[in-house]
Amino acid sequence: MLEKIKALFREIPEQIKRLAIVIGAIIAGVVTIRYLILPSSLIDTRFHRESTVERELAKNIAFAGASVCGNCHVDQAGKKKDGYHKSLSCESCHGPAQVHIENPSTKPAAPRGREFCVFCHAYDQSRPTGFPQISPVLHNPIKACITCHNPHDPVPPETPRECSACHAQIASIKTVSPHALIGCASCHNVPAKHKTTPRSVRPSKPETREFCGKCHGKESDRKEAPKIDLATHGERFLCWECHYPHRPERM
Amino acid sequence: MTGIMNRRKFLKNAILFIPAAGLFRRSLRDAHAKPGNGKYDPKQHLYGMGIDVDKCIGCGLCIEACKTENNVPKEPFFCRTWVERYVIKKDGNVTVESIEAQKGKPRGRAEDTDVVRSFFVPKLCNQCENPPCVQVCPVGATFRTEDGVVLVDSKRCIGCRYCIQACPYGARYLHPETRTADKCTFCYHRIVKGLLPACVEVCPTQARVFGDLKSMASRLVRFTRINKLHVLKPHLNTEPKVYYADLDGEVR
Repeated sequence: MLEKIKALFREIPEQIKRLAIVIGAIIAGVVTIRYLILPSSLIDTRFHRESTVERELAKNIAFAGASVCGNCHVDQAGKKKDGYHKSLSCESCHGPAQVHIENPSTKPAAPRGREFCVFCHAYDQSRPTGFPQISPVLHNPIKACITCHNPHDPVPPETPRECSACHAQIASIKTVSPHALIGCASCHNVPAKHKTTPRSVRPSKPETREFCGKCHGKESDRKEAPKIDLATHGERFLCWECHYPHRPERM
Repeated sequence: MTGIMNRRKFLKNAILFIPAAGLFRRSLRDAHAKPGNGKYDPKQHLYGMGIDVDKCIGCGLCIEACKTENNVPKEPFFCRTWVERYVIKKDGNVTVESIEAQKGKPRGRAEDTDVVRSFFVPKLCNQCENPPCVQVCPVGATFRTEDGVVLVDSKRCIGCRYCIQACPYGARYLHPETRTADKCTFCYHRIVKGLLPACVEVCPTQARVFGDLKSMASRLVRFTRINKLHVLKPHLNTEPKVYYADLDGEVR
């Protein structure tokens, strides 16, 4: 057996053997450099990742965030708080303001022209229903928007009649839910003033668990409604704090 | 004689110095390891974004804010986030266009009578749990942080564009000045300091919701609870962390 292997080895040409020695030496060299000589910090990915994170964190902030503007601009913030533009950040219209905070003499932009408001309010068929839109060509052309509408407290020109005129998203969810046939007013008590000043006068929400219990309580005679025991089921919370009533889960 | 004493002194000092230097370096590295002010622990966070397709009005403020915040070139074909307009016609044809391409033209579009439905879809890097872009990077320049954001090391990136090809969402581009790959980082420099990403900050209709998936109090967790959620291209198993509510089946 051993003789056979030796014979086989002898059959290998001399140049191949020499080549094998050279290749073997190169492989051994690479392996020693990679695993013994190179420090692990050169191979470890952690260090360059940390430096990337640090470089990322050192970047300048341009937008200061919605909460800081009201510290100085109390009037505008107070006005905006109850209006239709409540959810709008100051920097959406006025642009990045971190520079203004660090150096108050540099003023952020205050767009007053017609061309800015139409970014959001020009009619576009892809926009969601219920979002206030006008045709810039037909709606008081030439006049700047701010001559009639105060951007910090814009008021719609016409009071909507149906809830879905503004709450289109909730209405569309509700039509496919088990609560489709329940009118908005069955659960929400809507003061007449909500239509003219929607943010400051708000409709009520059910305040007791018994309200939902009228249909969903164990004793209720509503056959189609899923039943729970009010005494044992989540007693610390109001029903709508866990279940979204406009799209209740099916059982 | 003095020579021997010096050698002994030297050895004594060396015995003291070497472990002391080791400890010193160790303490330096510990201080180095914490990003920011030292209080922020990336393991406590996992960031994600929710997008309410029904609320997007396609105003494009998010795109502009992102470009300002992150020094993205102003040209329309470079963007970290963009908004697509889907128009679905009666004959079943679907057209998709980026509204960024219309910048400068007046926003707004007349009613076509043969349209079944039309809507906007904001898009950005999905910050995948299994990011294909990280797998393909030949130099390990792109990686996923512990708080779930995929970052690019601009000093390691060689600009080979493999990751741009590999991203199934088309979320990466080659920055024309640095010649390295660039992408949305969820405004990593902002979120670590407790601020919102720039696009979320300026969104006028709250169509974008940002939050920490590990915090029950975050707006994103509430968003995931009350909405039916979809992710883009779920069959690729990338596990995106950008969740879409009320997403149309036509959106890819």
